[in-house]
Amino acid sequence: MIRYVVHRLLVMIPTLIAISIVVFTIINLPPGNYFTTYIAELQASGQKADLVRIHFLEQQYGFDLPLWQQYLRWVGGLLHGDMGYSFLYNEPVSQVVGDRLLLTFIVSFTTIVFTYLVAFPIGLYSATHQYSWADHALTLLGFLGLAIPNFLLALVLLYLANVYLGISIGGLMDPHYLDRPWSWAKAASVLAHLWVPVIVIGLGGTAAMIRRLRANLLDELQKQYVVTARAKGLSPVRVLFKYPLRMALNPFISDIGSLLPQVISGTVIVSVVMSLPTTGPMLLDALRSQDMYLAGSFLMFLAFMTVIGVLISDLALAALDPRIRLQAGRRR
Amino acid sequence: MSGIGTAGGAAAGSAVPADAAEPLPHYVSPRPFDPYAAERLTPAQERFYSASQWRMVWWKLRRHRLAVLSGTVLLIMYVSILFCEFLAPYGADTRNVDFIYAPPQAVHIFYDGRLVWPYVEGYDYRLDMNRLERIYTPDPKKRETIRFFCHGDRYRFWGLLRGDVHLFCPARGGQLFLLGTDRLGRDMLSRIIYGARISLTVGLLGVAISFTLAVLIGGIAGYYGGWTDILIQRLIEIVQSFPHLPLWMALSAILPVSWSPLLVYFGITLILGLIEWTHLARAVRSKLLALREEDFCTAAVLMGARPARIIGRHLLPSFASHLIASVTLMIPGMILGETALSFLGLGLRPPMTSWGVLLNEAQNINVVALYPWLMLPVVPVIITILAFNFLGDGLRDAADPYH
Repeated sequence: MIRYVVHRLLVMIPTLIAISIVVFTIINLPPGNYFTTYIAELQASGQKADLVRIHFLEQQYGFDLPLWQQYLRWVGGLLHGDMGYSFLYNEPVSQVVGDRLLLTFIVSFTTIVFTYLVAFPIGLYSATHQYSWADHALTLLGFLGLAIPNFLLALVLLYLANVYLGISIGGLMDPHYLDRPWSWAKAASVLAHLWVPVIVIGLGGTAAMIRRLRANLLDELQKQYVVTARAKGLSPVRVLFKYPLRMALNPFISDIGSLLPQVISGTVIVSVVMSLPTTGPMLLDALRSQDMYLAGSFLMFLAFMTVIGVLISDLALAALDPRIRLQAGRRR
Repeated sequence: MSGIGTAGGAAAGSAVPADAAEPLPHYVSPRPFDPYAAERLTPAQERFYSASQWRMVWWKLRRHRLAVLSGTVLLIMYVSILFCEFLAPYGADTRNVDFIYAPPQAVHIFYDGRLVWPYVEGYDYRLDMNRLERIYTPDPKKRETIRFFCHGDRYRFWGLLRGDVHLFCPARGGQLFLLGTDRLGRDMLSRIIYGARISLTVGLLGVAISFTLAVLIGGIAGYYGGWTDILIQRLIEIVQSFPHLPLWMALSAILPVSWSPLLVYFGITLILGLIEWTHLARAVRSKLLALREEDFCTAAVLMGARPARIIGRHLLPSFASHLIASVTLMIPGMILGETALSFLGLGLRPPMTSWGVLLNEAQNINVVALYPWLMLPVVPVIITILAFNFLGDGLRDAADPYH
């Protein structure tokens, strides 16, 4: 097991390096940088730009260095927790970002928990009651969940929640908690607002998860050992829980690798629609105005979260399934 | 062959008399003995055994009713984008300035209890000065009969041929807004029909790019194995560990503002295609890894075929049906991706009309409350995505020889 964990951790390092290179390339792809855009904007409106200050900033942040040196500075900063400087907000990125990363994490995490909590019983029921009307209805619901664009669902649900439940529109908490320090009341308010985005973001993933669990469990239930177990006179519940369910659970955990990027994508777009104080709206702004450090650190954070999530799911899978950890040990 | 074997066995079993106490009288058939009678195939069986792989996939698919229905719906949609100028009652950018945010009109076919030619009731317009709200009330007295195959807005068919014939248009001097109008008084139905042209093809083009990449990269990894395989596997993992949407957003933010709408369109399809190929590449790789151990592959190698020929001629066709099914399941993701990007304002831009661009107008919660019909472009999105999913599922089942 330890060998597997070490191996898995070592593999992560080149992945993260590659991701940081990709992110850096992307944020440097647009011609010019924030300052050229900024100067052009000022000149277009007939104002004089403070060239001395801009020149100082350019030097300070190394825009005159060759690209690879800029990259090293950026990555070096990230390792020290220095995410660079947001020119749009005139503040260090870590200041601008503030609670947003935490809230993004909370929303994503809750969504995944929601997905598991909902998908598990429904998938189980669908598989054991194959072709019953409830199974058909749930399948249909699942397909709809896959097909409805989540941003639109967010709008409608937001409207309904406001009209029928009186929840304030937009944001993750009641407006008067916005600048307060964290307290129990504030946390409760966050919880009251959290369910709409969680349902909206989680729906697509839940639908996919239900289908997969149902298919896996059905495959497993047709195997001979299940027939043997039933023939032995084991109670149906025991027959189900002893082996087939465990086998079908494997993909449930490994799926987090595909679920997490999906959830994070969902968080981004849904938070733009619902103006949640997460990374989404700010990422959009940063991309539009070429605020490269801000955009870069968001992208990096989102990718990092995915990598860590996949790591955790891989480790959990290895802990659950001896075949995986033994195989990995043998191959290397 | 096993089917015939068991059939013969069953026949032999039933020939044994149930009660052996009374033996049957001795009997010899006078007909000439044909030793191959059991192996001869009826014409139907022969057709079945000699059917090509594609024919069998088609037979299986035909039994999948939902998939056939979905395929038909998609076919109709794709054919209709060829003639959207003809199908749409108005031009995509025709402004009806007197009918801003007009709600959808209902089609009536009964008048005074009699069946009549379909008509709509004309709107009476009034501006509520207290709330500054536009109020449209249908006036039962204004009977505006819908005309068919009629002359309406002028258009250039695919930008080339001039014309003004439409499938149906409003009565002379009347209006026909079956799905309402937007903030500039443009007919939503017409815009949705025009939007299909972009939205439906974005998926196809993007998938073509992804497909090429996936077959190329997955093919190389699966065929060569070893270090190449490990490197490519890592590459796939890295691409997959990016959440798609933020990456799409970042890439489409790069597209220069000065590009023409057409270039932006191709840029977006390229971006969609560049990221979605990983799942398919994995599928190609694992299939190739399994197939290259097969005997026919060894035979081809021994005969001196080059790798490109072996991959292209021998390996790919053996799982092409599986590939097609996966591709069908990939298209909806791309359509949703384009819709999401355009909705955020990062994708296609207004002179182009796609369903995402139309939904961009519905970004605001006010729209849900006041002008819910602006959200209607989501209906074709849902239909398309469901149809592709059902068709893909059906194809996958049909392409699976063990199913």
